[in-house]
Amino acid sequence: MKILIVDDFSTMRRIIKNLLRELGFNNTMEADDGSTALPMLKNGGFDFLVTDWNMPNMEGIDLLRAVRADPALKTLPVLMVTAEAKRDQIVEAAQAGVNGYIVKPFTAETLKEKIDKIFERLEA
Amino acid sequence: MDNDEESKAFELSLARQLVEHLEAGHGDQAAEVVRQLRIPYERELFEELGKLTRDLHEALNSFRGDSRLVELTRDEIPDAKERLNYVVTMTEQATHRTLNALDEGMPIAESLHARSLELTDTWNRFRQRELSVDEFREFARALDVFFAASGEETERLRSLMSEVMMAQDFQDLTGQIIRRVIRLVHEVEENLVGLIRLSSARMEPGKAAKQAASAKDAEPAGPQSHGPIVPNTRDTASNVVSGQDDVDDLLSSLGF
Repeated sequence: MKILIVDDFSTMRRIIKNLLRELGFNNTMEADDGSTALPMLKNGGFDFLVTDWNMPNMEGIDLLRAVRADPALKTLPVLMVTAEAKRDQIVEAAQAGVNGYIVKPFTAETLKEKIDKIFERLEA
Repeated sequence: MDNDEESKAFELSLARQLVEHLEAGHGDQAAEVVRQLRIPYERELFEELGKLTRDLHEALNSFRGDSRLVELTRDEIPDAKERLNYVVTMTEQATHRTLNALDEGMPIAESLHARSLELTDTWNRFRQRELSVDEFREFARALDVFFAASGEETERLRSLMSEVMMAQDFQDLTGQIIRRVIRLVHEVEENLVGLIRLSSARMEPGKAAKQAASAKDAEPAGPQSHGPIVPNTRDTASNVVSGQDDVDDLLSSLGF
């Protein structure tokens, strides 16, 4: 399972990377915004995307839309981990096809629960 | 050309009349000639004054029309103070969270270290056959206790370290808030520069207004994202979720 972590704050990327490692996901890569993440995703090999929303150049919501619009990527599971807390935004992300939405600050348990739920659904 | 010569001739004749009236001691008539002489210059002065008045009026209007500065002063600056206060609170909490974990973890690590040193010491004496049977029994009991405790204690240390790690999430959250305030400071600066241009000696109202407008255009094209919600600001006026449970409820209402 290869996972891409996208956040403009390197501290948050490290936290998510550590949490994923504790959950047994050792194969992770990082990108600092949507515009660097998208080419990495297009190069292939990723099974899961964890992305922030508020980032320079290309925001997480636009990355999500780009992923859903790409025939090779459209089924990639996407988990949003963001401080964006407006109801409209959560609805927007859901409509854009997000698989899970975690609002910051979050706990290790929340991350585990949402990832488990996403994979349960995919397998069902 | 003709006009110029005519008016020059007219002024000359007026000047001669003035001299005549003055020599003859006709004060009233001399004053009347002086008034006539002044007319063309006065007209020029009034025209200039009229132009200045119009410029000032336009400048004031364009400033008044730019209500962004009013909005900034009334809403965003007080909010920015709240945001920075919130950053102070968040960093303080994160530091306490980290230090609390260290306060608990340090004694555990120190005690583990001390007990393992003690056991090593006894172990070495056992290897050198210096231990009596009673001492060995005591040593075996001590080892049992140590093995049981060290498993629990190292697990507790692991969870405290995890706590320290999670406490570092403040850097992302406060960073987003501070960046928002930086954007605001930048915008206030642009608006003040526009204001100074407007009120400087060489009034170029059109240019100053344009400057202010282009400063607004230069802003990153209204990001859809907002950053963390800060209490006691206008953030809370919009419809926001209060935590993960709220998010989950909302998503399940959407069929997630």
